Amino acid sequence: MGSRASTLLREEEIEEIKKETGFSHSQITRLYSRFTSLDKGENGTLGREDFQRIPELAINPLGDRIINAFFPEGEDQVNFRGFMRTLAHFRPIEDNEKNKDHTASEPLNSRSNKLLFAFRLYDLDRDDKISRDELLQVLRMMVGVNISDEQLGSIADRTIQEADQNGDNSISFNEFIKVLEKVDVEQKMSIRFLH
Amino acid sequence: MPAFSCAFPGCRRDLLVIVLVVFVGIGLPIEASAPAYQSHGTEGSYLTNVTNTKKAFPVLAVNYKHVRQPFEIALWILLALLMKLGFHLIPRLSGVVPESCLLIVVGLLVGGLIKVIGEEPPVLDSQLFFLCLLPPIILDAGYFLPIRPFTENVGTILVFAVIGTLWNTFFMGGLLYALCQIESVGLGGVDLLACLLFGSIVSAVDPVAVLAVFEEIHINELVHILVFGESLLNDAVTVVLYNLFEEFAKVGTVTVLDVFLGVVCFFVVSLGGVLVGAIYGFLAAFTSRFTSHTRVIEPLFVFLYSYMAYLSSEMFHLSGIMALIVCGVVMRPYVEANISHKSYTTIKYFLKMWSSVSETLIFIFLGVSTVAGPHAWNWTFVITTVILCLVSRVLGVIGLTFIINKFRIVKLTKKDQFIVAYGGLRGAIAFSLGYLLSNRHQMRNLFLTAIITVIFFTVFVQGMTIRPLVELLAVKKKKESKPSINEEIHTEFLNHLLTGVEGVCGHYGHYHWKEKLNRFNKTYVKRWLIAGENFKEPELIAFYRKMELKQAIMMVESGQLPSALPSTISMQNIQPRAIPRVSKKREEEIRRILRSNLQNNKQKMRSRSYSRHTLFDADEEDNVSEVRLRKTKMEMERRMSHYLTVPANRESPRPGVRRVRFESDNQVFSADSVPTVHFEQPSPPSTPDAVSLEEEVPKRPSLEADIEGPRGNASDNHQGELDYQRLARCLSDPGPNKDKEEDDPFMSC
Repeated sequence: MGSRASTLLREEEIEEIKKETGFSHSQITRLYSRFTSLDKGENGTLGREDFQRIPELAINPLGDRIINAFFPEGEDQVNFRGFMRTLAHFRPIEDNEKNKDHTASEPLNSRSNKLLFAFRLYDLDRDDKISRDELLQVLRMMVGVNISDEQLGSIADRTIQEADQNGDNSISFNEFIKVLEKVDVEQKMSIRFLH
Repeated sequence: MPAFSCAFPGCRRDLLVIVLVVFVGIGLPIEASAPAYQSHGTEGSYLTNVTNTKKAFPVLAVNYKHVRQPFEIALWILLALLMKLGFHLIPRLSGVVPESCLLIVVGLLVGGLIKVIGEEPPVLDSQLFFLCLLPPIILDAGYFLPIRPFTENVGTILVFAVIGTLWNTFFMGGLLYALCQIESVGLGGVDLLACLLFGSIVSAVDPVAVLAVFEEIHINELVHILVFGESLLNDAVTVVLYNLFEEFAKVGTVTVLDVFLGVVCFFVVSLGGVLVGAIYGFLAAFTSRFTSHTRVIEPLFVFLYSYMAYLSSEMFHLSGIMALIVCGVVMRPYVEANISHKSYTTIKYFLKMWSSVSETLIFIFLGVSTVAGPHAWNWTFVITTVILCLVSRVLGVIGLTFIINKFRIVKLTKKDQFIVAYGGLRGAIAFSLGYLLSNRHQMRNLFLTAIITVIFFTVFVQGMTIRPLVELLAVKKKKESKPSINEEIHTEFLNHLLTGVEGVCGHYGHYHWKEKLNRFNKTYVKRWLIAGENFKEPELIAFYRKMELKQAIMMVESGQLPSALPSTISMQNIQPRAIPRVSKKREEEIRRILRSNLQNNKQKMRSRSYSRHTLFDADEEDNVSEVRLRKTKMEMERRMSHYLTVPANRESPRPGVRRVRFESDNQVFSADSVPTVHFEQPSPPSTPDAVSLEEEVPKRPSLEADIEGPRGNASDNHQGELDYQRLARCLSDPGPNKDKEEDDPFMSC
């Protein structure tokens, strides 16, 4: 499996991915072998059913949404670059990156990009607002079936009321950021990819 | 005690001093002249009995011996608490000097006083310390340990605790031995093992001192948990090293086998302590499942099981501190799901109280023992010890952080490192361990003196300067945060997200194992340890319920009237459905009211439970639960005849009466409207399908169905008043209460 992986992934591609996502060489190769192990059809792309085969996603309440996050708008297959681009959001923020000036485009794993990724998981219709219904859907997925709709509805209402500042009865991205300002997003949304 | 109502601050201080002197003046002569009274007492009674003379019946006799010991103990404790009281009346002082310093100074003064009188000042008895004074503090710390930051940093904490302490011990022991080899110092008799033993005693960071000082500086969560966690977990290392070197010093030689056995011993001690603690923790959780009928003794179970865990592990020479902490941590989520709100408050209060008293006594006794203890002063040795303490701590922290940062997602900054190094205070545990050294060691007095000096230095110098340094370096402080349902939801959301992404990467990291533990907990453990149907409740819901309850309490307390009826959810469209747990519906009502008043609410913050001085919620809860419920009861009498109405077209609240049973209190409340709250009552209750509740309640004596809604009927019409009925009931409701879930973002406890 290892040799196959390295022949299919060219050096230039690795360099490009490295520049785009900030992963290191070894991380990219390691994730590539993971990519190929998921790719049962062996056609260089992953489809939804490949993801659904992962046991942890099957039992995860947000499994479907996570899977959808990997696929760009309207497409059904994702190649390795897209795979890495999504995973780049979860790279830990390094110290030297924190101090970079903001002339360059923001790296994928910056705090606001991480939050944007999470926000997009709530906001399915991409209207840049988390509406009450979208919130309800997520709550329902997380809480299970035992709780009544009314109860969930009141939680959702309360949540929106707490966060909403401009009175539009939904949570915009800025309000989302504000609510999470006390949460250590850099830590909470980072996976330690082994070197 | 005279009221401190003077206008001038100086006046207060004088009064305090006078009171103190009076107390001390009374207490000490009594102790001093105890033997004299004792002989009088026995003599007098003997004479009377035997000779049957015409001696007058002693109307007033003094028999001090009879009450001597409890009297003295009570007097000491009272003295300590009066001192503590006094400090807080002098605002400027308590702002500058940490309490621990003041208490030691008081101890010094009292010890000096006793010595001047000619009596022998009491020394901090190691037995007393380890068995009575230390456990409450540790239990308080362990029970309210913030789990999430702890588990997130447990690797770092363990590295600091184990490797840091080992480094400190060997560095200090080795260098001191080298020092003793120098002829000019004059300490030729100290061998390596004795030095290492000394090193092991003085190198461990002390939880009591750390707690006392860090509590007042409100440092950010990460640094706090690092230092605090380290101070708790290094107990295992200290125990092993201490016993090891004691044994070796007796024998005199060390073989490789001994070293190997030492390492094995470390694992046995720490894991054994953890195991013992876990066993007792589960026992306590299991017991709490059945306490629904005997609510009054619930807190005792928590205390006794924890204390038994401590004693059991001490019996086997395992780490008692770790056992105590693990016991508290393990039992807490389950116990809090089972016990009543009152019991929870009781536990919180008692733990705070005991740990506060213990801490005060420990510091005062430290001062007294300093005056009392045998001292052997050697400038070089003592000064070197102090310097080496600092140096080895700094080196250790820097070196370890360098290694640890390679593995951490959020790196430790230089400022964090500084505070971690500077916050490594030594305290009473070191002193007691030193005191336990048998007299065989010819250097015992020297060691004791050095230990005391180190303790004084760290507590006074480091303790006093750490606050200005924190300000100066602009170290991140603790962020005060109100419990926010948003944070809760989004954090759980992120947890799931990260677990999923870890799954995609094939990476079995932090989230993966946490999720596995959660699932295991939910499927297997909770059903055994949590009473009733509660174990199915998702944590989010429990959190939400609790938050709403707290807010409701505050609203009632502030006497706010709900200004508008909730309009967001139209009542008439709610389909009646058979919900197995009616309590949810009740809370729904409350929630609606609360939401409509969200803007007016004063959101108070719950202080972290490991604050010694303040428990913010206390007053509100007391007020509400006692005063309001008394009023409620009066209302209830008046409205007993009303029946609950369940009309089909509802828009406005109706008065209603519900009988509620409390097994614990054996009272029957009809949680009726709190008098200060008024709701529109447009139409008189018509009862097409009125349901009498009285007959329903006795059928379901279980806790969960205290308010028995008419099954299958939309009982949610009774908005306002019923909400408050339920609310008032909630306040003494022996309902489940979770303080903090393990996975939840750290909130002030």
